[in-house]
Amino acid sequence: MYLEQLSVFMENKVSRLNEVLLQLKTSKVNVLSLSLADTSEFGVLRLIVDNPEEGRKILKENGFSARLTKVLAIKLPNEVGTLQSVLEVLGNAGMNVEYMYVLANAKEFSGIVIKTGNPEEAAKVLEAAGIEFVKAEEVGKIGA
Amino acid sequence: MIWNEAKECMSRDEIHHLQGKRLVKTVNHVYHNVEFYRKKMQAVGLEPGDIQSADDITKLPYTTKDDLRDTYPFGLFAVPMSEIVRVHASSGTTGKATVVGYTRHDIDVWSECVARAFTMAGLTKDDIIQVAYGYGLFTGGLGAHYGAENLGATVVPMSTGNTKKLITMMKDFGATALACTPSYLMHIAETLEEQGDIPNIKLKAAICGAEPWTENMRKQIEEKLHIHAHDIYGLSEVMGPGVACDCIYHKGLHVYEDHFLPEIVSSETLLPVPEGETGELVFTTLTKEGIPLIRYRTKDLTSISYDKCECGRTLARISRFKGRSDDMLIIRGVNVFPSQIEAALLEMSGTTPNYFMIVDRVNNLDTLEVQVEVEERFFSDEIKELERLNKQIVHTIQQAIGLAVKVTLVEPKTLERSMGKAVRVLDKRKLV
Repeated sequence: MYLEQLSVFMENKVSRLNEVLLQLKTSKVNVLSLSLADTSEFGVLRLIVDNPEEGRKILKENGFSARLTKVLAIKLPNEVGTLQSVLEVLGNAGMNVEYMYVLANAKEFSGIVIKTGNPEEAAKVLEAAGIEFVKAEEVGKIGA
Repeated sequence: MIWNEAKECMSRDEIHHLQGKRLVKTVNHVYHNVEFYRKKMQAVGLEPGDIQSADDITKLPYTTKDDLRDTYPFGLFAVPMSEIVRVHASSGTTGKATVVGYTRHDIDVWSECVARAFTMAGLTKDDIIQVAYGYGLFTGGLGAHYGAENLGATVVPMSTGNTKKLITMMKDFGATALACTPSYLMHIAETLEEQGDIPNIKLKAAICGAEPWTENMRKQIEEKLHIHAHDIYGLSEVMGPGVACDCIYHKGLHVYEDHFLPEIVSSETLLPVPEGETGELVFTTLTKEGIPLIRYRTKDLTSISYDKCECGRTLARISRFKGRSDDMLIIRGVNVFPSQIEAALLEMSGTTPNYFMIVDRVNNLDTLEVQVEVEERFFSDEIKELERLNKQIVHTIQQAIGLAVKVTLVEPKTLERSMGKAVRVLDKRKLV
């Protein structure tokens, strides 16, 4: 249902992304999916990794502001209108999507990561609507 | 031209004698009317009678900006509030304003001093003077305004902010003089140049103060606009603009010594330094009633000369300022201390995040950028939240210093850590 997303604050400068990924590589943290939000001066890197705790630790040790954020991971059958029906459920419940991005392709399903203002409440309404979630143990397998 | 030849061209002996007489009166006035000074003098076993001449000034204790702050708002006033006709205020080190009060006589003296300064710049009652200092608690606007009115000139109270209107009126009214900060003058000069309007103006002099500028910048402005640009000095604690000004020979700023007694002392030992050597400028007011100051440490570094000037004035001259002995920055004429930024951030977040100030001059206007490290506790995965944080910091700092600021969020540990005292400021303005 929830995934722990690793969020990292970065200045919008040459090679900062490279630096983050180098740190993760050194500590053997595998990146499964990512999204980068940018403004003119800074960006926020959002990562789904196989070991979020370790990722956070190593980045922190190397001077980055990194934190773990609860996000929802939802399974999307490869059919027309599936994402729309998820958003309709959230919309009807008056919930705003802060951001979302694609969870890297698995063999049997597509996935999407969604951050809403209140993840617990969102999970409840989605569950009630019969939406299927990606389980944490499935994440490691994604793309494998 | 000299506004008050009797006072501006006295012999050094006459000045010394007058200063002594007025110092005795001032010391008596504060001893009997201001508890702060009475206690300070008593602490060193000094009585008003111990001060007999200007030479005795070195016996008196110093006064600092902290003293003004500690006695906020009116603790150093030496007359009942019924005698105070106006107050001005400037920012203090921790955001608390330092407040000064003027009696009607103080306003008259101030207007006299500014009229002398305008006369030094070759202006008369026939001139049209645009005052483009901010009007308000800041002494610049009203100080220059009253001086120009006293001179008898036509005053156009522009205040700051609308360069286009200022230039239109400069052309339409045939304004001959401008009083503003040097960086604003430079900005106006460049705008005039861009618009091809320099041949369309009648400007002949500018009287600039409230922030430091270089001799180079002055010459640049003079050449661009074909005018005389004068340096007027003052600080609200002592009076406001018009404590000193340079004449057409531009060989230092003449101090109106019949109203202010200048000393140059070492910032370390607080002992007077020999004539011509650089030290901290200290002022004692000689005629002020509302808030007389005894040996007020300006923190401005300069040197002094008592030689007679080619213009005929015998008043002592202080040289162009060589810096300050504290960490105060003057940005767009506003005093800013790094500690104000620190206090604002502290107020906002409970503890102070690491920060760094960058002062620059872009298109001849001072800019202030504050870089703030985004620690984990501020960090959000949502851009919206980070932008809100940025806005909140901007707002808090602007409230504290009254100046527009750009805030940049940076990664932790990107700001230089230095051993001992942290380097908090980078001043990229070329002032030397």
